[in-house]
Amino acid sequence: MPEYQIVVCGSVVPDPLQTLEPVAGPTGPALKNEMMLPAWLDPWAGHALYEAANLAAKNPGSKVWLVALGPKAKLQQSMMTLAQKVPFELIALDGSASGFTDAAETAAALAEAIQAIPGLDRSKLLVFGGWESASRGAGATMQIVGEILGITDQFQGVDGIEADGSLRILERIEGGRHQVSVCDAPPALLGWATGNLPEPRNNPQVGMANMRAIMPALQKAKPAKIGAEGVTFQSVSLPKQARDTKVVKDVPPDQIAAEIVDWITNK
Amino acid sequence: METILFLSPTESGSPLSKSALEALATTKQLADSLGTTFSVGLWGDAPKADDIASCGADKFYAVTGAEFSQPRYATDAAAAEALCRAAGATIVVGPSGSRWNRIQAGVAHRLGGRADSHVTGLSVSDGSPAIARWYYRQRMEGILTRAQRPWVLAVESGIAPAWQGAPGTAAVEAVACTPPAARSNVTGIEALTADQQTIRPDADLLFVTGAGWTKKQPDGQVKTEEAQKLILAFLGLSRASLGSTKSLVDLSGEGQATLTFLTHMNQVGQTGSTPRHAKGLSTCCHGEEPHTVGWRFIGERRAISLDANCGWARGKADVLYVADAFAVMEKVNDLLAKKAGG
Repeated sequence: MPEYQIVVCGSVVPDPLQTLEPVAGPTGPALKNEMMLPAWLDPWAGHALYEAANLAAKNPGSKVWLVALGPKAKLQQSMMTLAQKVPFELIALDGSASGFTDAAETAAALAEAIQAIPGLDRSKLLVFGGWESASRGAGATMQIVGEILGITDQFQGVDGIEADGSLRILERIEGGRHQVSVCDAPPALLGWATGNLPEPRNNPQVGMANMRAIMPALQKAKPAKIGAEGVTFQSVSLPKQARDTKVVKDVPPDQIAAEIVDWITNK
Repeated sequence: METILFLSPTESGSPLSKSALEALATTKQLADSLGTTFSVGLWGDAPKADDIASCGADKFYAVTGAEFSQPRYATDAAAAEALCRAAGATIVVGPSGSRWNRIQAGVAHRLGGRADSHVTGLSVSDGSPAIARWYYRQRMEGILTRAQRPWVLAVESGIAPAWQGAPGTAAVEAVACTPPAARSNVTGIEALTADQQTIRPDADLLFVTGAGWTKKQPDGQVKTEEAQKLILAFLGLSRASLGSTKSLVDLSGEGQATLTFLTHMNQVGQTGSTPRHAKGLSTCCHGEEPHTVGWRFIGERRAISLDANCGWARGKADVLYVADAFAVMEKVNDLLAKKAGG
């Protein structure tokens, strides 16, 4: 049975149910009341973490690290929930998780943290992360992390992995299809889409075990200076596209159906 | 003066894709706006530039070889890097798509440049290129410029008409690229049959289903099976593409009775896709602004909901039908079936 060392990269994002409004900050655009917004681990990074834990559980001797970047207080907030889900060792980086920062700067900080993990064995190394973030949404960070680490077996939009030494990987491609690839062996980098696993239930035992190491890891969080050097934002604005909705009430289904059919068949 | 390169992978024996031709048109427009020329770089097992010979490019470059036919990071990135270096590009424009998106930022890193993806607009501001792209899952739009070069861009499909022109004979300069040792191979594609496939990017209509389809109906009954039949019949008759809200897709992951043909790939919105279609019809959807980004790029929008104040529709749709979607869609299917029957 192969053993894997799985390093998951992730950042924190505002709860998507919150109202987000851009404001001008001292170094560029920011979100209004950004530090007040509740945060959680980026959804795609979350899928990557759950898939990593699942793979590790199937392959005894494997281990999962989470290299997480964000303001320390936000990381702590998100860990309170996340720690209950699956076992992992946290490596915290205290820096901006804003969507307006540059992927290259984020990637450099993440890669440096990965390279500093003691005892990392490239022949067992799988680097996981979200294929995009819910903040910048660029799909760039993981590619650059891979380049810095010298990993050129990279897969993006991953929805599935079967690992028995070699790796069989499903990547999303156009038209709701999956491309199937086989990679001979680690190291490899996988940017996850949603995968196939439901969100794990909270497990207090896992939570207690994780938190014993998470709090010291948060205290040791290395500062990471993340910005967007060389980028000038001319504007950041909310879409002004409120539509004047015509509300059709008390009309029989036949009449509505006829109107809809006319509309969809009329080019 | 910028040196602009349009860059695209090619599929064996196929002309450039529609999205690639749209990106080509965008590149040409940018070059015209900057008062400069552009070149074209293609790679694949046998890239052909004759179809776009009259696009106005001053040079055509190609990396050719069987190793470069697979949509695979190692070989695609090597080919793209070689083409960018050969052209001495400061601005590189490629079409958003799984193949270019997979390598774009990695290539920029190799070249010492920077990348931006999901570009929805390219303009010129004070003599420099500026791009528009969305942040926080299509909830706010930013316009930005960059000092770093090369600047490697992935432009979204649908932001420009596809380039059209007469074919000709392109003088293609071969670019040498030693393929890296491949440890990965593409072994196939997993896809549903055309009839089973509910994601149809080229469809005129996006049909969005919400969790309301699986809730108790006015008679107190849950009618998931009936919902499934109605939706599949509509997709078959209309050839619409199917989108779903996260809540509905998540139900299947939680083991609840749901629509069996839905997967996360159908999901639109915050953690799903934001497809581009001319029209969108949402049914039984609910939620506020964060959920409605799934149809940010839909042209005409209509919604069917029992809730007249539904946040999904109010201010977001052009028409909101306050009605029972089961009753309406049954009639819609009857009418479409009659039309199809002549």
